Amino acid sequence: MQKLTKDDVHPKIVQALLGADSHITIDDALENEMILNMGPQHPATHGVLRLLLRLDGETVIACVPELGYLHRGYEKMAENMSYLEFIPHTDRLDYISPPANNVAYALAVEKLAGITAPPRAQYIRMLLAELARMCSHLVAIGALAMDVGALTVFLWGLREREKILDFFDVICGARFTTSYTRIGGVASDVTSDTLKSIIVFIDQFEEKLDEMERMLNGNRIFIERLEGVGVISKEDAIDIGFTGPNLRGSGVEFDLRRATPYLFYNEMDFKIPTYTEGDCLARYFVRADELRESAKIVRQVIDKIPNGEVMLNSPKKVLPRKTEIYTKMEELIHDFMIVNFGINPPVGEVYSAVENPKGELGFYIVSKGEGHPWKMKIRSPSFANIQAIPHLVKGQMISDVVAIVGSIDPIMGEADK
Amino acid sequence: MKELLKEKLEKQFTTVQFEVIEQFDELTLKFDKSAIVNVCAFLKDEDGLKFNLCEDVTAIDWATRKNRFTIVYHIFSMENKFRLCLKVDVDESECSVESVSSIWKAANWAEREAYDMYGITFLNHPDLRRMYMPEDFEYHPLRKEFPLMGIPGTLPLPKK
Repeated sequence: MQKLTKDDVHPKIVQALLGADSHITIDDALENEMILNMGPQHPATHGVLRLLLRLDGETVIACVPELGYLHRGYEKMAENMSYLEFIPHTDRLDYISPPANNVAYALAVEKLAGITAPPRAQYIRMLLAELARMCSHLVAIGALAMDVGALTVFLWGLREREKILDFFDVICGARFTTSYTRIGGVASDVTSDTLKSIIVFIDQFEEKLDEMERMLNGNRIFIERLEGVGVISKEDAIDIGFTGPNLRGSGVEFDLRRATPYLFYNEMDFKIPTYTEGDCLARYFVRADELRESAKIVRQVIDKIPNGEVMLNSPKKVLPRKTEIYTKMEELIHDFMIVNFGINPPVGEVYSAVENPKGELGFYIVSKGEGHPWKMKIRSPSFANIQAIPHLVKGQMISDVVAIVGSIDPIMGEADK
Repeated sequence: MKELLKEKLEKQFTTVQFEVIEQFDELTLKFDKSAIVNVCAFLKDEDGLKFNLCEDVTAIDWATRKNRFTIVYHIFSMENKFRLCLKVDVDESECSVESVSSIWKAANWAEREAYDMYGITFLNHPDLRRMYMPEDFEYHPLRKEFPLMGIPGTLPLPKK
């Protein structure tokens, strides 16, 4: 690791700093190496990512990311709370798309407990996950554009995202910390009025997206800041653990919604946008195309959504309805047992991964048959994606570091856990 | 796929004992830790298998068992769309295992995290530092004996 000690800094710079020699010209100074600390309090590092950059002039020679500034120990906390209690904590992992995390966690626990949510609940989950993906990509594109100097798209993106957050508010009761899924279903049903207003939103969304894309794709500064910057090859991208839009920007057509279908994604008609360049611009194009595909999936989900229950009727594993708890003895007992002692899934281990907006979010849960997990590991996409930053920034200019970090779209909430 | 995998592995590694566990449609292979690098390299490069994506490396602390830790590798084959879980046991007295970061670069940080959280040393790792905790922190937080509250005074606050 490059520590910021005196020994790491080139002696010439020390000399210049001490002012012992005054004949150093600007050209000489540019030949010197220096170590620059970028973050954790830097607007372009998307949270509390800290990068230590070793520079030769303006060229990056080496980069060391430092994580842990947002480490809250969720894996330790998960071992000490019941499966239900952990749902609100999943909101805080990828805090730009909380419903997607809720869905991922609920699927993992359901797989472990051996239950399946009713079809309507699964369709609602798909709807929420896709809306969350749109949310996330709008912020990703906006923030990337802002990082390279185009502020308008950020504001436009956030305006559209605001409308999606309003739907979350109506459906889940919270704009941000949704905690919407339950083990065995979702917390509440979606009304047909809400579905209609989502269709209205999707109808105007594609037009707005066209506007945003016209703004960026015709912007020479934006294109030139991103084209050919931070290139990663297909093989390297897989090797380093890239998943999600970043991997598809390198020409690998891999999407867990297709590779290992979950929910009802195998009934949905959508394309997997793939670009072969592997640079920052390709990663932006993938996200922009995925916005359209997500809009397409949302339409199909609303089209096909069946009627029925949104919570499974399985008294030992799933919380009963509140109205029944107040009126029936059996339900009251089950509620008491589940809340106090947990759902006690069978002894076993399960790894369940879904395609989150940032990539593959996996939960590895080890159960000893108790109410709380013996171990829970969160495989977060941003963690693996950040690992590629040193590889990507090597040999690039320091101004490109901002574009590269923006294009791989890390969220420190899930990278630090 | 499962039969092909078992057949190929048994053909290639005659001396290694594979324990096959099937659970929730997932295949888990458990074997001795000395074979981990060879088995991983074989799984990655062999035609027809091509487990090219290393999703995760983590450990489980069993607290009371004889072999206290189990290291768990989740690998995925994009070609076959198949996920495999590998497991090796590690005892507390000899808390180390060969690193697989030379096979998958993705394992680099995952192993650093396992080292940080459980104190398992990954031999021949290019850069084995703590991932999240400060470098001078003395404990490994995800071990079962580490209290949930933390240990007061171990993380000094910055001076005013």
